[in-house]
Amino acid sequence: MIEGLNPGLILILGALLVPFTSGFIRNIYVLALPIIGLYYTWSLGLGSFGHVEILGHTLILTKIDALARVFGTIFHIAAFAGLLYGLHVKDPQQHVATLIYAGAAIAAVFSGDLVSLFSYWELTAISSAFLIFASRNERAFNAGMRYLIIQVTSGVLLLAGIALYVAQSGNMDVAPMELGSAASWLFLIAFGIKTAFPLLHNWVQDAYPQATVSGTVILSAFTTKLAVYALARFFAGEDILLWIGAIMVIFPVFHATLENDLRRTVAYSMNSQQGFMVIGVGIGTELALNGVAAHATVSILYTCLLFMATGAVLYRAGTAKITDLGAVYKSMPLTAMFAVIGSLVIMAFPLTAAFASKSLILSAALDGKMVILWLAMLFGAVAVIDNVGLKIPLFGFFKPGEDMGLQEAPKHMLLAMGVLSVLAIGIGIFPSAFFQILPYPIEYHVYTASHVVTQLQLIIFAALVFVCCVKFNMYPKPQDTLTLDFDWFYRKPLKKFAINLGLLINAGYLGFLRMSQAVIGWFITKARETHGGQGLLSRTAASGVAVSIVMLLFGVTLLLVY
Amino acid sequence: MNALFSQAPILAIVIPLMGAPISALFRGAVLPWAIATMLSAASFWFSIDLLVHVNTVGPISYELGGWEPPWGIEYVVDPLSAFVMMVISGISTGVLLYARESILKEVSTDRLGMFFAAYLLALAGMMGITITGDAFNIFVFLEITSLSSYVLISMGERTDRRALFAAFQYLVMGTIGATFILIGVGLLYAMTGTLNIADIASKFDAIAHTTPVRAAVGFLIVGVAIKLAMFPFHIWLPNGYTYAPSIITAFFAGTATKVSVYLMIRFIYTMFGEDFSFGEIPLTSMLMTLGVIAFLSMSVVAIFQDNLKRLLAYSSVAQLGYMTVGIALASEMGLIASITHVFNHAIVKTGLFLTVGAIFYMVGSTYIKDLAGIGQRMPITSFAFVLGGLGLIGVPLTPGFVSKWYLVQAALERGDMVGYGLTIAMLISSLFAVIYVWRVVEVMYFRPAPEGAECKEAPLSMMIPCWIFVIAIFYFGIETSVNIGFAEAAASFLMGGAK
Repeated sequence: MIEGLNPGLILILGALLVPFTSGFIRNIYVLALPIIGLYYTWSLGLGSFGHVEILGHTLILTKIDALARVFGTIFHIAAFAGLLYGLHVKDPQQHVATLIYAGAAIAAVFSGDLVSLFSYWELTAISSAFLIFASRNERAFNAGMRYLIIQVTSGVLLLAGIALYVAQSGNMDVAPMELGSAASWLFLIAFGIKTAFPLLHNWVQDAYPQATVSGTVILSAFTTKLAVYALARFFAGEDILLWIGAIMVIFPVFHATLENDLRRTVAYSMNSQQGFMVIGVGIGTELALNGVAAHATVSILYTCLLFMATGAVLYRAGTAKITDLGAVYKSMPLTAMFAVIGSLVIMAFPLTAAFASKSLILSAALDGKMVILWLAMLFGAVAVIDNVGLKIPLFGFFKPGEDMGLQEAPKHMLLAMGVLSVLAIGIGIFPSAFFQILPYPIEYHVYTASHVVTQLQLIIFAALVFVCCVKFNMYPKPQDTLTLDFDWFYRKPLKKFAINLGLLINAGYLGFLRMSQAVIGWFITKARETHGGQGLLSRTAASGVAVSIVMLLFGVTLLLVY
Repeated sequence: MNALFSQAPILAIVIPLMGAPISALFRGAVLPWAIATMLSAASFWFSIDLLVHVNTVGPISYELGGWEPPWGIEYVVDPLSAFVMMVISGISTGVLLYARESILKEVSTDRLGMFFAAYLLALAGMMGITITGDAFNIFVFLEITSLSSYVLISMGERTDRRALFAAFQYLVMGTIGATFILIGVGLLYAMTGTLNIADIASKFDAIAHTTPVRAAVGFLIVGVAIKLAMFPFHIWLPNGYTYAPSIITAFFAGTATKVSVYLMIRFIYTMFGEDFSFGEIPLTSMLMTLGVIAFLSMSVVAIFQDNLKRLLAYSSVAQLGYMTVGIALASEMGLIASITHVFNHAIVKTGLFLTVGAIFYMVGSTYIKDLAGIGQRMPITSFAFVLGGLGLIGVPLTPGFVSKWYLVQAALERGDMVGYGLTIAMLISSLFAVIYVWRVVEVMYFRPAPEGAECKEAPLSMMIPCWIFVIAIFYFGIETSVNIGFAEAAASFLMGGAK
């Protein structure tokens, strides 16, 4: 293949052909693209390819190192599973958006220079918005617009940061930076928006549940993990991330507990899991970065799996609200089983993938004697057991009651969930094989007695709390209400302010437009008079006139030259 | 260095010069053309040889008749002159490849021998101006070029009688320009007693303050400005380009004014020296003012034209404004921009005029109103025009962008308000270019063709050269090592080697 072609481009360019396929061919085609991309990524090996000189700056189109390759690999797998899950969709727009979105995320991970990184960063924002719009209802449209505004804001901040950074350092390579200059803060905020830092996080819970059934699965895999990758790439070992991460772990827990909508619950808990990775980046040791890469991979697996299972319920039952659901497990046993597997993984149950990946980050925190962080993560781990690990299966799938008379999920959905489950459990059983592809070589034993016992204690204790709470009616009953979050501030007062500001700007703009129109109109009239048809500057002057001009200007020149 | 190559400087000039009378002896539609094409290609080959040699080994000085300079005439091949020679002979060869069928429609067959003789003379003259290191020799070659080009332009009279008037006006203006240059050279000779450019340059500083030298500078600059069609001396150009035969327009658009740009750079940097030109006399403000007016005002005029050839001619005057500004910026970056734009604009404009020639061949008119629906009738040619138009506007990946980028950098390098103003003016002028190109494209593609118009492309012998130019436009827009590389070499040679 072409030397230096960014692997992400296989998906991006491949997407353009999707509208020209149909039926069976399209299914084969969209599933083949991520496989080809993954094969190509690994066949390239490590290194940087495709150096292009443009106007004095070097662009590195493809740069693959071990950290990037972990993310690139899981992105390909997520794209494959997500596309498999969404095969029932007959709307080519969603396939195209999915492929471009996944391709852009992969390409961003493999970008060797800031300009490429920015381009793909923006492309992920724009293409993913179409997955939300694809629901084709007003709520989704509004949520999509809010999502787009926030994502593009992140892009604009990144662009500003890049411009400042390049102006200061004259360097366009993707390389770690020190937090301190204005440019680096812009980078951090841009990444922070996409990582869903506390108070910058609302777009996740706002937009993800509004997307289509398969759209949510796709959305959950890429944007936030791409941002984690960017953080790890630029800000590894930055102390401020420790505290941001700790707040991130704890903060969304309460919302997840209160939430009624299954998919929003998963979205909140995903936010909390992001916190683990941010802490890992903040610690910045080799062990921690390995943990970040591992946990990002695993987190994609179980988040996708949970969104798939809840999505399948939504697809069959038409709702994903706990209050509306009955004994789903009776009619959708396989889906319920996958939901349980997903929940076990998110609990970090021994023999599942998260057990391996989470313990890496926890060990890294202990190695660094960061006890408070360790406690925060412990709290997060307990909370996630309660509000997702137990809540989703028990409240969503295994509620007592009548059979709801639903159909089992379609085969391709089950297959997609199966693929992810096999991977999630496979990594849990053979962690050392998985550790081979991590960025740094490690010697780490997951299944020591103390690890297993600690984790089991944790789970049993959490289960006890959960059972007690439910038993004594202490657990907040899921109610069909909207949970208020920080986003109220930007959805109500900020919106009003923005609208008024917009009206003001609009009025000013209209005035400016009219004035400019008048000025330009005057210019055009004048230009036509002097430059058009037989105008002064356009008509063919007589030779005599031409010679006179020569004489005149020659005189002027002589005067100037003297 | 083999024996043939050691004579390359003179061969590049003498081959077309001696070919002219031979071509005049032949009759028929093919032979004169074939001779001209082969000789031009030979000249092109020697030019490339020289360019590569100069850039690897160093400048060549060739003594004519074995007379040592400064007494004898010297040919000097340095990075700048070799680059311009390569452009001239290359454009000429490309145009000639295209010429065979095109010219049959516009010039009667029995005159073709004479026609190609004049063509070869014009080529020899331009090559001579570029290579010679002797100031009087410049005038001689200038006259050879001018006289033959008056003839060539007037050949358009079979299509439109106004070609005669256009040629006459060019004659009046061109003669004044040449005379001015001659007076300037004469005054310098009177003061220095030498005609060799390097010799004059070495003595220039000592006499720079004297009245005759100041007058000589004025004469030379105005004289070259007339030949360069610098605004407001451009009056001869639009008519000349409009009514000349298609291939002549294409040939001159890529070469004639470019040679004058070369002369301007040569006089200002080599002969007068940078310190004198931009320090002692206010050349920067003078040239820059005229250049800016040229690219703004002439672009607007181009917008209002109803004849496509005329539109492109005015656009040429505007583009020459860019080159003038590049010279006036008096910096290495500005010179690079100017020199590379000589190359870039030459291939873009010649390519455009060739496609216009193909359209004229089929439609018989270059009035924009007659081009309605040509996009459907001649899709391949029209698309070539669109791509060329992109190059003219300066869209990224075309050479027009490359030279504008360098010019903008040179302007910003100044770091003052003038620099920012220049940048804005260039942006506005590029917008004007979008408008005048779009006007044509809109008529070509979005107006219905008149009833009964047939769908037929121009002959392959014309299409292929057109597309060679179009592909070259994109090649040199992306792989810039030829145009930028040699222009950088030339500019650093001038800045470092200027005295």
